[in-house]
Order: sequence, then structure tokens, then C-alpha cells
Amino acid sequence: MSSSGVVHLADLVAGYDDHRVLRHLDLDVSSGEIIAVLGPNGSGKTTLIRVLLGLLEPSSGVVEVLGSSPRAARGHVGYVPQHRGFDRDLPLRGRELVELGLTGNRIGLPWPRASVRREVDAAIAAVGATKFADVPIGMLSGGEQQRLRIAQALLGTPELLLLDEPLLALDPARQAEVVAIIDAHRRATQTAVLFVTHEVNPILPIVDRIVYLVAGRAAIGAPEEVLTTETLSSLYGAPVEVLEAGGRLLVVAGDESASGLLGHHHHDHDHDHDHQGERGGRPWG
Amino acid sequence: MGLSEYLSLPFAQHALIAGTLIAVTCGLIGPFVVMRQMAFAVHGAAELSFTGAAAGLVVASNPVAGALVGSVAVAGILGVMGDRPRERDSSIGVVLAAGLGLGVLLLSRYNGFAAAATNILFGDIFGISTSQVILLVGLALGVTLVMGVIYRPLLFASVDPELAAARGVPTRLLGVVFLMVLAITVTEAAQVVGTLLVLSLAITPAAAAQRLATAPLTVTITSVILALVATDGGLLLSLSGTTIPPTVFVTGISFGLYLVARLAGPGLSRRRHRRLALIRSAGVA
Repeated sequence: MSSSGVVHLADLVAGYDDHRVLRHLDLDVSSGEIIAVLGPNGSGKTTLIRVLLGLLEPSSGVVEVLGSSPRAARGHVGYVPQHRGFDRDLPLRGRELVELGLTGNRIGLPWPRASVRREVDAAIAAVGATKFADVPIGMLSGGEQQRLRIAQALLGTPELLLLDEPLLALDPARQAEVVAIIDAHRRATQTAVLFVTHEVNPILPIVDRIVYLVAGRAAIGAPEEVLTTETLSSLYGAPVEVLEAGGRLLVVAGDESASGLLGHHHHDHDHDHDHQGERGGRPWG
Repeated sequence: MGLSEYLSLPFAQHALIAGTLIAVTCGLIGPFVVMRQMAFAVHGAAELSFTGAAAGLVVASNPVAGALVGSVAVAGILGVMGDRPRERDSSIGVVLAAGLGLGVLLLSRYNGFAAAATNILFGDIFGISTSQVILLVGLALGVTLVMGVIYRPLLFASVDPELAAARGVPTRLLGVVFLMVLAITVTEAAQVVGTLLVLSLAITPAAAAQRLATAPLTVTITSVILALVATDGGLLLSLSGTTIPPTVFVTGISFGLYLVARLAGPGLSRRRHRRLALIRSAGVA
């Protein structure tokens, strides 16, 4: 594992059809770093993840993951997609979902194998999900499903973790648990983490840097540099204010022109079904 | 004549061999049909095999070959038209409507014996020739082999499409391959129960199995067993001195098994929920 250079983006432009979602993004991520990717809907957060996974070819610019192309780096990247509940009667247990993360791209039948089972057991234990790993996945709560998702992403000790809204639909106590699991894993393995989220407060204690995207342009830096009234107002091109209340940071509109730009931060789990389609559709967040 | 005399006759032996082969292949694809919500695709492929059969009759006096070629062509067309559930349903509807119209036209141009075409609507299991049995063996082997190879990646792509794509699983290609396998299987099944009743072998056993088992492989095995019971049981009953067509027994048994599974289902799921509640209350959230 190299000590740095997990992700290298230079002058990246990416989008769907004629719509450019990310414009001239430069970013370097080192191992052991946790980066929060913030921004309103449609600002390019999921697009960035898709580029790093090799699911979307950039229109121009440089993308390197672990020193090679995103596709070549796939085996070393863990990914938690945006949460999409499982059908209650889906015939799949948590353990099998986790195992597919390791073996799902191999042909053949999913016969149980001792070596695979050991690795899967260890990943499940690491997120504290051992007790409910044999329950059908659709019967589990959102928090329990998310733990198994993270166990799946941690398999094979990835050098880069891409998490797309892992805190969505979780209550604050479960959010804190998920954040603690990610932080512990980062400390133990020095993996780099890109954490896409709307809600910065739960992860603020563990975040090293912030990438704040608005309409494809980014402000990048330490939280205290980026999350300021000045930086965000210039990024949004409209007056927004960063307030601190009860130890939490709030980004609020300074006037009418800004309130539309901030978007509806807490309503998007309604939209998260279509955007991963092959041809992209609308580039939500 | 009693059952034992019938069983010494080639037509009954052919029927049992064909029925068994079809039950195995339908039982195999059924769980994926249910998981990928492709019941309408089964129905569409089945009805369109009528058009293929009519074309086969007109061109080469061979309805079976026509149905097979037609079903693969239809699968190809549907695959190109899109694999996302919503897109897929409307494109199947469009192709189905156009295809049936074409089938009626073809049949009106056919001067031969129309029963050859109507047989494919209702099934003619007791009219299967030795060469048809050989064809069925080949198709069943092919379908089983392909399903054995793509089982795990197809499962991954079905339950977790975003992550599967990120892990390099060719989800789109798998969708088309499965559609082909489905079309071929459905065309085979049409010879036993007819195109109109194919759902009773390609969906009902899998839907019942999903209520009884919770792991992918056990659901598949249960689905195959239920399909075998319905098909072979239906054929044997029909041969036991009745004049009722076997289709009636096959669909009847299939539906009966589903009812039993539905009635047993709530009890099983209550037990699973109780166990889950116990697991949760035993600490470690």
C-alpha cells in the first residue's frame, strides 16, 4: 500500500449527454484520509462516485485510482451504494449479500466455501452484525442493512472506500454507530474514505477535508476553511450563511435567491431509484 | 387402459421425459423471474412463441423451430429496447401487440391444418415425437448449463445492481442472456402446458418456493421440485383413466402447491420475526 496517491483527479469534466455535471475538478486523496463530499441535489456527488468506480467515462481530464484506471483498481475499492431498501420477501440472507460483494462477479453457483466463509464472518463481526447475519435481508431495519452493506464494502480490505449517503434514513444513534465503524476501520487499515452526504454534522468529528460541490464546481479544504459564510457564498454565487447552533453547523440561505440553490436537503430518498441506470437519467446529487 | 399400460406406450414416455425436462428448466429460471419482476416477460415470450410457430408453419411447416427462432429474436429485440423494469414492461407490451397481429396474419396465409398452430396455444404434450424429445434434451442441457454458469453474477445483478456494476459484473449483458434463456425455456414449456399457461410452470413454483425458503440456492431447489411435482404429477393423473387434458392437472397442482405455500408462509414468517426480535433483545444492536 502506498502512503499516498489513492485518488488523483486533474481538470476532471464529466456528465451525461450534453449536460456537464462536474467541471474542472482537481482532487488528490491520500491513504488514511476521510473526505466528506457535500452539496445540494444535482451538484455532482454521485457522478463523482460513478467516475471513481469506472462506471462513467469522464469527458476530459485525468482520473487515477491507486495509480491506475478506475476499472483496473476495482478490486481494491469498497463501495456502499445509496440505500435502496430490499423487498421484505427477497430470498437472501444478510450473510449472502455480504458474500456476493466478494464472489458475486465470479461465474458458477454460490456453493458455500470455508475460505470465503471465514472472510465473510470476519467482515460481519467487524461491523457488529454477527447476530442478525442469517436473517433475510428484507426483514432487517435500515441500520442493520447498512451495517451489512458496510461489511460487504470492507471485504478484501479496500484501499479506497466510496460511501454514497450511508447515513440516509438512519436515526442519529445509528448514524453515530456507522461513523464509528468507518473511523475504526480507517485507523486500523489506513484506507482512504470518500463519504458522500447531505448531513455533515455526524461525520464532522472524523473528517479531514471537505469537497463541497455546487453545480459541478468545488471548494476543497479543511472543514473550518470550507464551511464558512464567505467560501460557501462565493461557491453558491449567492448569500448563504454558516451558523453554529448547539455544536452543529447549519448552512442557511441569506436571501430568496439562495434558498432555491440550497435544495431540499432532507427529501431526496424519494429520488434515489433511477439515477444509477446505464444511461444516467437525471444526475441527482 | 390403466396407468401401467399407458406407461409402456411411447407417447406417454415421451410426455413424461419432456415434462420432466421442462419442469427442471422452468423451476431453475423461476426464482430469477420473480426476483427480477419479469412475469410479464414470461407471458410476452410465451404468447409471441405463437407468432414464431405460425411463421415456422408458413415457411417450413415446422412450428417448433419457428417458435424457438422467434423467441430468441424477440429476446434480442427486448434486450436492445432496455432492461430497466419500467421500460421493459412497456416495450414488451408494444412488441407483444405487434407480434400477435403478425401471428394472425401468418396463420391466415397458412393453408394446412390449423391445429398445428392452436396446439402451441394450449399445449400438446401427448403428441411429442422422438425427434422433439431429442431437441428438448438438448435445449434443457443448454439452459441448465448456462444457468449454472451465470447463476452467481445474475443473482448479484438481480439483488444489488449498483454494486454488481461497480464490481465489473456486466449487468446489461447478463440481462439479455437471461432473457434469451427465459425465451427458450418458455417456448419449451409452451409445448407442455401451452403458451397461455406457461406462467403456471415458470412463475407459480418459484413464487411458492420463495414463501418457504430464504436462501437463493434452497429457493431454486424447492422451485425445481415443485415444478416437477406439478408436471409429472399432472401427467400421471391425466393418464390414470381420465379424459381431462393434462394441462388442467398441471396448472391445478401448481396452483394448489402455491396455495399451501401461501398458507404456510405467514406462520414461517411469524416464526422468523419472533427469532429476529429475540436476537435484537439479546443485546448488540
